[in-house]
Amino acid sequence: MIFTLKIWRQKNAADKGGLVTYKVEDISADSSFFEMLDMLNQQLIAQGVDPVAFDHDCREGICGTCSLYINGRPHGPLKGVTTCQLHMRSFNNGDTIFIEPWRCGAFPVIKDLIVDRSAFDKIIQAGGYVSVNSGGIPDANTIPVPKPDSDAAFDAAACIGCGACVASCPNASAMLFVSSKISHLALLPQGRVEAQHRVQQMVSTMDSLGFGNCSNTYACEAECPKEISVVNIARMNREFLAALLFAEKEKQISFSL
Amino acid sequence: MFFPIETIRIMDSSARTRFSSITSKVIMALAGLFLVTFLLVHLGINLLLLAGDGGQSFTAAAGFMATNPVIRIFEVVLFGGFLLHMVFGLIVTLRNRASRPLRYQHKSRSETSPLSKYMFHSGVVVFVFLILHFIDFYFVKVGLVAPPSGIDRHDFYRRSILLFSDKGYSAIYLVSFLFLGFHLNHAVQAAFQTIGVSHNKYIGTIKVVSILYAIIVAGGFMVIPFWFILVR
Amino acid sequence: MINLNAGAPKVPLAEQWATYKAGCKLVNPNNKRKLDIIVVGTGLAGASAAATLGQLGYNVKAFCYQDTPRRAHSIAAQGGINAAKNYQNDGDNVYRLFYDTIKGGDYRARESNVYRLASISPEIIDLCVAQGVPFAREYGGLLANRSFGGTQVSRTFYARGQTGQQLLIGAYSALSRQIAEGTVKLYNRRDILDVVLVDGRARGVIARNLVTGEIERHSAHAVVIASGGYGNVFYLSTNAMGSNITPAWSAYKKGALFANPCFTQIHPTCIPVHGEFQSKLTLMSESLRNDGRIWVPLDKADAEKLRQKKIRPEDIPESKRDYYLERRYPAFGNLVPRDVASRAAKERCDAGYGVGTTGLAVFLDFSDAIKRLGKEAIAARYGNLFQMYEQIVADNPYNTPMMIYPAVHYTMGGLWVDYELMTTVPGLYAIGECNFSDHGANRLGASALMQGLADGYFVLPYTISGYLSGEIHTPSIPTNLPEFEEAVRNVNDRLNRLKNTNGSESVDHFHRKLGKIMWEYCGMSRNEAGLNKAIGLIDELKKEFAANVNVPGGLKEYNPELEKAWRVQDFIELGDLMVRDALQRKESCGGHFREESQTPDHEAMRNDDEFAFVAAWQSRGSGSAPEMHREELNFETVSPSQRSYK
Repeated sequence: MIFTLKIWRQKNAADKGGLVTYKVEDISADSSFFEMLDMLNQQLIAQGVDPVAFDHDCREGICGTCSLYINGRPHGPLKGVTTCQLHMRSFNNGDTIFIEPWRCGAFPVIKDLIVDRSAFDKIIQAGGYVSVNSGGIPDANTIPVPKPDSDAAFDAAACIGCGACVASCPNASAMLFVSSKISHLALLPQGRVEAQHRVQQMVSTMDSLGFGNCSNTYACEAECPKEISVVNIARMNREFLAALLFAEKEKQISFSL
Repeated sequence: MFFPIETIRIMDSSARTRFSSITSKVIMALAGLFLVTFLLVHLGINLLLLAGDGGQSFTAAAGFMATNPVIRIFEVVLFGGFLLHMVFGLIVTLRNRASRPLRYQHKSRSETSPLSKYMFHSGVVVFVFLILHFIDFYFVKVGLVAPPSGIDRHDFYRRSILLFSDKGYSAIYLVSFLFLGFHLNHAVQAAFQTIGVSHNKYIGTIKVVSILYAIIVAGGFMVIPFWFILVR
Repeated sequence: MINLNAGAPKVPLAEQWATYKAGCKLVNPNNKRKLDIIVVGTGLAGASAAATLGQLGYNVKAFCYQDTPRRAHSIAAQGGINAAKNYQNDGDNVYRLFYDTIKGGDYRARESNVYRLASISPEIIDLCVAQGVPFAREYGGLLANRSFGGTQVSRTFYARGQTGQQLLIGAYSALSRQIAEGTVKLYNRRDILDVVLVDGRARGVIARNLVTGEIERHSAHAVVIASGGYGNVFYLSTNAMGSNITPAWSAYKKGALFANPCFTQIHPTCIPVHGEFQSKLTLMSESLRNDGRIWVPLDKADAEKLRQKKIRPEDIPESKRDYYLERRYPAFGNLVPRDVASRAAKERCDAGYGVGTTGLAVFLDFSDAIKRLGKEAIAARYGNLFQMYEQIVADNPYNTPMMIYPAVHYTMGGLWVDYELMTTVPGLYAIGECNFSDHGANRLGASALMQGLADGYFVLPYTISGYLSGEIHTPSIPTNLPEFEEAVRNVNDRLNRLKNTNGSESVDHFHRKLGKIMWEYCGMSRNEAGLNKAIGLIDELKKEFAANVNVPGGLKEYNPELEKAWRVQDFIELGDLMVRDALQRKESCGGHFREESQTPDHEAMRNDDEFAFVAAWQSRGSGSAPEMHREELNFETVSPSQRSYK
């Protein structure tokens, strides 16, 4: 197969960057999208051109490292699939493929197609955990969890933190990411204890990092490679409102409304 | 516009410290839901134009709305609702624009809820119509704008008939309500989502109700000029 | 000869860990915050260790090459985590888990460490549940279990097919909490290129900031390596693209011993290789073998037709199918351990019965299970795996059998550690897959997650305090010591050499070549002639790499090719050590199959008289061959027997 690639090239964060056109030939339909890019890079190295930098690691769709905005869609044309699991058979021979980095003020470009997603880490650090230490823990079966709750928590916990939700959102909102963590922990008794504190902290950190607001377009749900539902965003809103209106005041910490 | 962009920026930066993303949205959603109920009342009264009784019932209803003290108080609340909905709508939109300083080269192909990306645009169209509507009715009523010659400033019935007899006005009216329909189609379900009322069990029902509501309200209003053109 | 002594307390096995903990020296809270610890890697072992050490109040610096700790390759583990909880009341207990692990490891693991692992296992589940890990549950709300990888009890806890992901997110969130509290400082996108020793003790690391290319010095009172396994030495493996040996290898070059490097695990249920350009193999959970039946055609002619796609697998009648695992191992059938299942597949394919376009694949068939349990039930169990398979292969496993072939998956060898998980370098620890300690010659399914978390949450935090209690008077280590200067110089020299070689072949070219040598001669089956040949080939490759590698881009910028070049150079050196280790071990055990050592019916034959030891290799510098030391394995509690799954 033959493809024309229009790839965003940008030397570093300070560089302006722009689209550069490449041609690749002799691509097997069974090769993955990254194997196609590997071949392009081998070609570029042989020509003495700096290869295209892109994030990738496990190449089996679970680590969340890979990104790429392909022809106007994060992770490309398939539903429920990360870029690394995308195969060239999903394209037509001769296609022109636009490849861009995630675009969001909170995800600055590092180089070419690689962006800095540490904003997500900061949100998790704000409260995306249960405050337990590695000791003094009761037996795992002490607290039964209703299976539907546990399943729903799992559905939310399946988030791989890739940022496709932010990339696809017309407002670069991180609410699907944040709400998946809020939901995962709020649905389990273990996480319930800190739920009110957590939702306020995480939302205020999310806001301060410059992510946009959800305007309920649900592009995030359509593009999430783990198909996480926007029902989680509703749950987060609910949790947030409940915390805002009914939480007991904490002594040291004051929240904005 | 009522709110120059710079004023909004200042309001936004002070709002940002005071109102989180979710709070802003919730205020907007609640105000919106309030307007949604008002629209039904308004539609009900307007449909009385079609009663064929020479405007008797319409005038009675309008008179009731104009004089009843409870309604008078609610009018203030209604203005507040509009104001909140628009101010927070603007704040949220500006924040959203700022969150992606550099846009994509390729147009987005992500599947989205229909027309949801254009809420701001449809909102602006509705807003512009609202200004016209104020000039035509409310400002006339309170004496800020002189009524057309021969029509009392409290006579909404004849005022309406006069307006609808103008094809140009009817066209603007129809387009505006079409956009209102688009706006409502997404707005009602989105408002429920925003205030946290969404669950796999009834998310479908909410969507259907939302669409039905949009069709009924927008369609209901749009019937009126047609009736004036075709029936009268 | 270094005297390798694990140093477990001299009391009966079951009392060792309690005895150790009772006698272990502690550090008081005021002193803890004056002590710095470096943790390299943020997978299950690294993240859990860094989080726990941070909770205890130490000053922790955590490093990962990924953009965030949550990406570490532990995330890809699918099947589950073992624990001797006996929630199912099916006769499980600590001893049985210990015994299964020792036996599964083909009696090449150290009893004391394995027993401790088994005894800690229940606590891991408690902690993970408290962290909010959404393990599978029964309708009554209690935890569900499944049987996994050939064990006769159901002791595996799981979170659909994404157990590793959920456990890692648990550890990552615990780590995030400590980062927020300021006890852990995270350094992401960093490669650790050297370990710095001062007066013979591990005192720091040299890191390269992968974004800026800056060479950084970091000092500490102790260094913990948790950098994972070295499966990528084979180029094609189920490891992540970035998984590398570099931190562990720099420890080896600085004097830490490297144990049993030839013990690699080949996982039987991977998606077969489809072409030359392939970059990565994908594993599918072993749990598939619980319901899937493995077969090849009974007739070579049928196999040939299948390879040419003239017939479909469904066309072959039951009577013409060879369910070779069920035939050869009636007692365990499709659930024999990984090494046995892998070799059997290779045996069939080598004999000409392989399917798929390459002839290097066997069928894994769910049609019986679908008939018995219904499609729904199968979808509930394996839905995500089936989906993944279909995504990659474009074949629907509900309708047609899957094709699988073994692939490199896990490495049991690693840095030699004692009972305290300390390497032979004082103050240098190795935890998780990067050490050698618990799995012997073959790892049981669902044990890797258990070991990583046991080491990080529950073992290292105790054992390191013994060492650090002697360090409370040592002030912060300055990074301008001559040892740091020298290390930085060496790192810069090597980077410059890589950059300035200006050869004509890309790094991937060498990596692929190395992979082929390793797979051919040091893969699923090994023999003396092949291994000797491999030593020569690797040596040639090493020289060719040094003379002819092409690394584009600059040193002081984001440069993935440069990262790869360094890692591949280390892999080439490791490859040599693996081959040497495979050569000296003239027995078959676990994942290591020496063709010279097999029973008449081609089963692996262990040689306990001569090889019941851990081979721990010491670097003698780049010019000379490494030296092997032995840690004798004394089995006091279990008596080694030849494994039989018939």
